[in-house]
Amino acid sequence: MARPMTMAEKILAAHAGLDEVRPGQLIECDLDLVLANDVTAPIAIAKANEVTGRVFDPERVVLVPDHYVPNKDIKSAEQAKIVRDFAKAQGVTHYYEVGCMGVEHALLPEQGVVGAGDLIIGADSHTCTYGALGAFSTGVGSTDAGVGMATGKAWFKVPETIKFVVDGKLAPGVTGKDVILHVIGLIGVDGALYKAMEFTGSAIEALPMDERLSVSNMAIEAGGKAGLIPVDDITRAYMDGRVERPYTAYYSDDDAEFAQVITIDAADIVPTVAFPHLPSNTRPVAEARDVTIDQAVIGSCTNGRLDDMRQAAAVLRGRKVHPDVRCIVIPATQQVYRACIDEGLMDVFLDANCAVSTPTCGPCLGGYMGILAAGERAIATTNRNFVGRMGDPTSEVYLSSPAVAAASAVLGHIGLPEDLD
Amino acid sequence: MQYRGTAHRYGRDVDTDVIIPARYLNTSDPAELAKHCLEDLDATFVERVSPGDIIVAEENFGCGSSREHAPIAIKAAGVDAVIAKSFARIFYRNAINTGLAILECPEAVDAIKDGDVVSVDTETGAITDETTGAMFQAQPFPPFIAEIIEAGGLVARWKDKLGKDGR
Repeated sequence: MARPMTMAEKILAAHAGLDEVRPGQLIECDLDLVLANDVTAPIAIAKANEVTGRVFDPERVVLVPDHYVPNKDIKSAEQAKIVRDFAKAQGVTHYYEVGCMGVEHALLPEQGVVGAGDLIIGADSHTCTYGALGAFSTGVGSTDAGVGMATGKAWFKVPETIKFVVDGKLAPGVTGKDVILHVIGLIGVDGALYKAMEFTGSAIEALPMDERLSVSNMAIEAGGKAGLIPVDDITRAYMDGRVERPYTAYYSDDDAEFAQVITIDAADIVPTVAFPHLPSNTRPVAEARDVTIDQAVIGSCTNGRLDDMRQAAAVLRGRKVHPDVRCIVIPATQQVYRACIDEGLMDVFLDANCAVSTPTCGPCLGGYMGILAAGERAIATTNRNFVGRMGDPTSEVYLSSPAVAAASAVLGHIGLPEDLD
Repeated sequence: MQYRGTAHRYGRDVDTDVIIPARYLNTSDPAELAKHCLEDLDATFVERVSPGDIIVAEENFGCGSSREHAPIAIKAAGVDAVIAKSFARIFYRNAINTGLAILECPEAVDAIKDGDVVSVDTETGAITDETTGAMFQAQPFPPFIAEIIEAGGLVARWKDKLGKDGR
């Protein structure tokens, strides 16, 4: 009888061929998937070429050019070309060209590439997103990814798990984004350093899939190695008929040991905004109304999914973006983009004077498609607000949910949808 | 390995966006990245840094993005080692994998001042502030990780391993 384990420990043990693992143990695991993007893949490919010169399994290496594509400049075009050429030469089945491409962490769940019980590494810190499906997925650098592409293996230090129990009912207008900003504000940007986070409780169980993905997506913003949510009927309804490989649901044992159990009353969570220059610098939106903005960005791997688009459109319907604000909307995948057209959301955005872009990470990391000038301020549904994140080092980024970003775009300052009435 | 150089002191949560801003991530050329290392945190760093220098920082060094360009930029700028109270976990792996020496030692961070001459021994974890004479001991690496460092990084370790197994 193995020791009681957390779901993170169980997934790692299963992939290390062990009956049990314990926190602190260093193990070598077989990987289900290895991911990289156009910024991180060129280095990873060079490393893979040094190790074996071929991918361990062309169906289990995923290459998504999403950061600086459609190519932002000549250098970016060269990087994207390295990825494209490698994908072709190796017969990589999960390569997504512009036109099929989406922001990786929105695209792969949508396309059924990732599923519960998977062990995934990705050369992108927001690889932790798939924890929302009950996968252990974590961000690594290009060398880990390159070696993983070549060998199908990676080493892990088994992390302790912090369990978050969010019980109760979230107030209307409070989303998964507000939950995770609240958590990061509570424990800080290194509050879960070297640890896995597991999100449970009735408020998490009530979240739709898209909002759960936002929660897990930002685990890294608390330093977390993974952001896991146990599989339930909502997860199964999302995965069944979509996930291309068999999946396995793992659950923490009742008597599993957690580093910490943090209980949060859902009623204490309000619409939240993270002030510059850390995601942990959170305040209620209601206390941020004096912050005027020059730009609003609605999209990214955190909040570029269909529910996010719907929530933003619900606020923007019949309204106009403030004349002093540029509002940039980026549906995260082609499927989300098309759904925006089919559902009439695109008309709402265009009528409101939003600029709508093809999928790209672009502005989130200060790449392109909405860079800030010196001293400018943006509210964004993205995940980071570090110094210079979206442009000039003196510019500022405020992080929020899609509804708050949309309301702020109309108001010209940070505010709530109800401020518009 | 032993390193000796001038300390450049920084605070907590030095993120990978300030270590190497994304506007320069359209290349992975180390020399190009080095020109912009820490630009948004300390615009004069690149002018002041000399080969062999050491960065000393508080908690959570290297938080944020997974970009390996961060340790690459630091190394290419001439820095041989980073001493911090703690490292963000992806940066920690990336440093080990790419051969940037990192040492976790809160006591040393509290004591070392900007501009002090510091020497480190990465094998023993010994840190000496030569300006003050104070000595510190960093957490040693677990053997598994020490093996990767000794091999010269993760790629080298795998090449050794596959070579021995005869692939």
